[in-house]
Amino acid sequence: MILAILEISKNALSEASWEVLTAARDLAQKTNSSVAALLVGKGAQALASTLKGVGAVLVADDQRLDSFIPDAFAQIVSSAIAQKSPKIVIAPGTETGNDLMARVAARLNLGLATNCTEFVVENGALKRVTRSNWGGSLLEEVEILSSPILLTLQPHAIPAQMSDGHTPTVEALPVALSEKDFRVRMKELIPSEKKGISLTDAKVVIGGGRGMGSAEAFKMLEELASLLHNAAVGATRVATNNGWRPHSDQIGQTGAQIAPDLYIACGISGAIQHMVGCKNSKKILAINKDPEAPIFQRADYGVIGDLHQVVPALVAELKRLKGV
Amino acid sequence: MKVLVCIKRVPDTGGGFKLTADNMRVDTTNVGFAVSPHEECAVEEAIRIVEKHGGSSTVLTLGPQAAGEQLREAIAKGITGAMLLEADDYEFWDPAATAQAIAEAVKPLGFDILLFGNESADACNYQVGVRVAHLLDLPCVTGIKALEIQNNRAIAKRETKDGWEVYEVPLPAVFTVKEGINTPRHPSLRGIMSAKKVPIEQRKVTRPAPQLVRKALKKPQEGRQLEILGQGVDAVPKIIEKLREVGAI
Ligand SMILES: Cc1cc2nc3c(=O)[nH]c(=O)nc-3n(C[C@H](O)[C@H](O)[C@@H](O)COP(=O)(O)OP(=O)(O)OC[C@H]3O[C@@H](n4cnc5c(N)ncnc54)[C@H](O)[C@@H]3O)c2cc1C
Ligand SMILES: Cc1cc2nc3c(=O)[nH]c(=O)nc-3n(C[C@H](O)[C@H](O)[C@H](O)COP(=O)(O)OP(=O)(O)OC[C@H]3O[C@@H](n4cnc5c(N)ncnc54)[C@H](O)[C@@H]3O)c2cc1C
Repeated sequence: MILAILEISKNALSEASWEVLTAARDLAQKTNSSVAALLVGKGAQALASTLKGVGAVLVADDQRLDSFIPDAFAQIVSSAIAQKSPKIVIAPGTETGNDLMARVAARLNLGLATNCTEFVVENGALKRVTRSNWGGSLLEEVEILSSPILLTLQPHAIPAQMSDGHTPTVEALPVALSEKDFRVRMKELIPSEKKGISLTDAKVVIGGGRGMGSAEAFKMLEELASLLHNAAVGATRVATNNGWRPHSDQIGQTGAQIAPDLYIACGISGAIQHMVGCKNSKKILAINKDPEAPIFQRADYGVIGDLHQVVPALVAELKRLKGV
Repeated sequence: MKVLVCIKRVPDTGGGFKLTADNMRVDTTNVGFAVSPHEECAVEEAIRIVEKHGGSSTVLTLGPQAAGEQLREAIAKGITGAMLLEADDYEFWDPAATAQAIAEAVKPLGFDILLFGNESADACNYQVGVRVAHLLDLPCVTGIKALEIQNNRAIAKRETKDGWEVYEVPLPAVFTVKEGINTPRHPSLRGIMSAKKVPIEQRKVTRPAPQLVRKALKKPQEGRQLEILGQGVDAVPKIIEKLREVGAI
């Protein structure tokens, strides 16, 4: 059995969960096995009936599990593994998925391969996985010696495919939790105050790096963004570390991962740890005064020049076109 | 407060990766070394906790002798003690093994707060901190971007798309930290000089049987074809054209 651990977000399955189901079905087919999905949390029972194309749905629905309670969820997943003896357990490689599976791996003393992107099956058995290193700028092939095999799936690595296969059986799992499983629990959610278009939702992102030179200079990027539809401003680590922009604006391995239609990189050298955060952009346009800058090897469009001249000229032209 | 912070020495490879001929590791010839930004922030957080509440801070790494460089960088910023778990075959330690060695080394020392990076810069396994917490039977909050200590309890916050999730746990506890929790300081010249004299406690560690074994590293496909739009302001009309193509104007 392949056990697929699904994630509930706002009373629905998360996007990453559908990807996990797709990967689980593929693994089941290649290893001649079946898929059982596991849904944990308040409201899990209601969602179970919406799943198709898996052999069974296991649900652990409990009033107390109204948010992600890491050790309680880990306890439930661990006991489901003990009870059902799956060969492979796969969960989303999201923040909660990785947190949960690390706790499960620790409890069961098993290896865990996080953020997998590919699977190698030979003679009906999963032999190796490819997982992402350096936030995805390098890939590592690993062999997992412990069993069952615990995995998390890198989000967006495998496109989700819906299946209209047969309706599964639904089985409620007993929920046996101790007080200790609730020791780490969210006390409160303070809603975000952020206004405007978020970096991850924007269609155009304008990024500024060391070449901006100051916090002040970012105003022209803000102005450029205000002249475009659905645009937001981001930054490199140099800009956030210098205090020019808040860390929440940082794009890259240790910042946001963006996927706009167009990313405009201004005064950014193109370090791999930055580019891994914008590599899913449809097009990348770089403005850099150094023709040798590595970003020109990682962009679709290049402008060689001083951003302090190019950006103001672009802003002026857009204003002229818009008649403002 | 007794604070521990765990860091890992990794190659500082901004320009791109060169792999060794056997594809088993990143070629570090002529490459400097660093720690993950998450861990730099964990170091800063440890220093701030001790500045505010008193006590001591210890930085620990499992790795080669050369990782003394990263330990001393942390001391130069204000960490008070250092520990090196020396392993020569460190690249072949898996997260469970690393966590076990760290847990064994720190268990007798009675830390109140144990800080890790949310994930390491290179291998990105997202689990050493969680595993150490389990081995020491301590509560663990991952991916935090704010930490406050009050009356032997910690209030930790995680930032999500919907807002700030607030957690409160009793100490001792383990936290895995994300960049953005603070802005790390630079070491002072005096700090750098005196860090040279601080002794590093060292012990050899041997690797337990692995659960994960690396077979090879490989580079992902990169497929963009560069089109030069022009030099300086002359490129503006072409930029406008591209903005139109994506429907931005
Ligand atoms: C210098 C060095 C280079 C390595 N390179 C690779 C590599 O490229 N790919 C690979 O798969 N494995 C590598 N390893 C082995 C790898 O560290 C192990 O898989 C395991 O030690 C932890 O995985 P992780 O760092 O990804 O853990 P994660 O769970 O991602 O790390 C989370 C946090 O745990 C702490 N931590 C992790 N490792 C150490 C450590 N050694 N000492 C102190 N604290 C630590 C840090 O605070 C880190 O932010 C390397 C080990 C060393 C020491
Ligand atoms: C583990 C790890 C994680 C990291 N995570 C991130 C991350 O999440 N995000 C991130 O951004 N970085 C990250 N970094 C840092 C990254 O490696 C680079 O150091 C950083 O991205 C460089 O930022 P930059 O391009 O602004 O600066 P630089 O590399 O200094 O480049 C500045 C560029 O601006 C150009 N320039 C200067 N003046 C002008 C001008 N007037 N007009 C036009 N061009 C000009 C220069 O030619 C140069 O190419 C990480 C590093 C590590 C080790």
